[in-house]
Amino acid sequence: MSAFTAESGSRSAERGRLFAQPVAVLLIVAAVLVWAFTTDLDTVEQESINASSILTYTWQHLVLSVVITILVLVIALPLGVMLTRRWAKPAAPVFLAIANIGQAAPAVGVLVLFFLWTGLEGVAAAAPPIAFYALLPVLRNTIVGIQQVDPALVDAGRGIGMSSGAVLRRIELPLAIPLILAGLRTSLVLAVGTATLAQFVNGGGLGEMIDTGYKLDRVSVLTVGAVLAVALALLVDWLGAVAERYFGPKGIG
Amino acid sequence: MAENVTTTPLDNADGDAVSGVEIQLNEVTKRYSGQREPAVDSFTMTVPAGNIVVFVGPSGCGKTTTMRMINRLIEPTSGKITIGGEDALSLDPDQLRRRVGYAIQQAGLFPHFTVTQNIAVVPGLLGWDKKKISDRVEEMMDLVGLDPSVFRDRFPRQLSGGQQQRVGVARALAADPPVLLMDEPFGAVDPITRGNLQDELLRLQEELHKTIVFVTHDFDEAVKLGDRIAVLGNQSKILQYDTPDAILANPADDTVAGFVGAGASLKQLTLLRVHEVEMTQAVTAKTSESVEEMRKRIDARGGRPFGLVLDERGRPLRWVHKRDLASGRRLSEAGRPVGDLVSKQSTLQDALEAMLTEGGGVAVTGGRGEYAGVLEMETVMNKIRELREEHGDGADE
Repeated sequence: MSAFTAESGSRSAERGRLFAQPVAVLLIVAAVLVWAFTTDLDTVEQESINASSILTYTWQHLVLSVVITILVLVIALPLGVMLTRRWAKPAAPVFLAIANIGQAAPAVGVLVLFFLWTGLEGVAAAAPPIAFYALLPVLRNTIVGIQQVDPALVDAGRGIGMSSGAVLRRIELPLAIPLILAGLRTSLVLAVGTATLAQFVNGGGLGEMIDTGYKLDRVSVLTVGAVLAVALALLVDWLGAVAERYFGPKGIG
Repeated sequence: MAENVTTTPLDNADGDAVSGVEIQLNEVTKRYSGQREPAVDSFTMTVPAGNIVVFVGPSGCGKTTTMRMINRLIEPTSGKITIGGEDALSLDPDQLRRRVGYAIQQAGLFPHFTVTQNIAVVPGLLGWDKKKISDRVEEMMDLVGLDPSVFRDRFPRQLSGGQQQRVGVARALAADPPVLLMDEPFGAVDPITRGNLQDELLRLQEELHKTIVFVTHDFDEAVKLGDRIAVLGNQSKILQYDTPDAILANPADDTVAGFVGAGASLKQLTLLRVHEVEMTQAVTAKTSESVEEMRKRIDARGGRPFGLVLDERGRPLRWVHKRDLASGRRLSEAGRPVGDLVSKQSTLQDALEAMLTEGGGVAVTGGRGEYAGVLEMETVMNKIRELREEHGDGADE
């Protein structure tokens, strides 16, 4: 768990990755697509490996990831902030325990149970359980990020006449942003990866290709789906790194 | 919004440097639940307008708690606090704090705000317009001795500890509050910087005449800064509340005496300047004059057979004994060079130090280094005796 709170890598390595990562990902994707489209495909393969299907699956996967992200932010961020307020502090262990269970339980299990329980299908069935599974890093890092703000700064803020809301908005949250973004990045990578399971509840996405390729024994379909899922996760991770770099508070570190 | 409110003693929206206002604490008590003894027990004190009052006492005695009740960072359990006649406990705490300056240890600057943004916080909260705020920020930076063109856009971590502390003071003063609360503001900087910051604060205070409540555990700091010192014991009990002079000369009880520590008389000497005591005049001669001339003057004067040789511009050069003045010698080579000098502005402690190295009286100089007189050891000792008797009588009344 503590790995989620650690900031990733040293600075110069990080800077190198910022350029290398997207380039490498795009090259690999291009290579796999070129290979898939230039080999002889049977009719089953052609069903899946064509521009419109690939785009559809990728788009579904992206939409699902975005919905999950919004859910994670809308739930974990306010909850994390609330659990650092003095009146709600005692409740923090309870919520962290629940979030821990969410992450410890196998994602497939949570997904299917949610489906059985609600009878929903598609994105509505897939997004909530995956969000539940992925929200711990944001929740924990929001709490830790706000807690590690020097209490003297909060005291100074209150002492010169800021309301507690202003202290939260102008002091605590901005100073917690690096950790919150690091948590969000981890959550997103988890979400994009886990979204491949959405096909179990008819949620679409690149998981469809992986599933098709596996069930019909077509390695090319399996490979394209898997590589695209990995590439998407790595790109999201890269976006997270860029955000950490450019949206962190100035004057620190 | 600050522009048009009715002027109460707490409001200084026009930004003029005005004197502070009186703070009264009346039977102020703080109890924490689950503790039998109150943290602050029935604290009553008047802090006169425009004065620096220093709360000094051992850690945990409640001095910080007491100070934080003035701006209600801690809510008193009972009692009454007025600032400039206005009941502090009936105001909105956030509004109250915008009108009471607050400076803390290690400055408490917001690390992600530039110097400008840090200083501009309170004016911003008070709704001043942009132009007025930026003018005010420049003014404050000048006031605390930071060049705006250099420091305006720096972040706190790009400043030294002393510079951060200056920004902290500038932030506290930005909205021109009549009252300033300072909680060990210079506790975390090196001794030399601390000395400079203290001098700076005194200089500011001469200009601004705020009412300042200053918390420290360093008695020497209290002596240097305080117009009055409150020595506090457990539960913020006032053991003695008086001028530094009076406390040094006549500690109220053994606890205060213990806190004043050894060397009370020496500390007292830091409060007095050379020009405040009497000087004697030595026999003098300029280097251009002859040894015979000087010998004649020493004989004519009687008394001790010493004299002081001055250069052409009247600055002390050498001490000479009568026996050094053999015929044929020149005054510029007779006797021994003057070792240590003090100016009229020096403290008596500096003067005493100089006397110890000089082995007797020390030459005093005026503003341009010219000879002004001689300060004798006896004068200093008489002055201390005089002070003790003065405050001793006062205490017996």
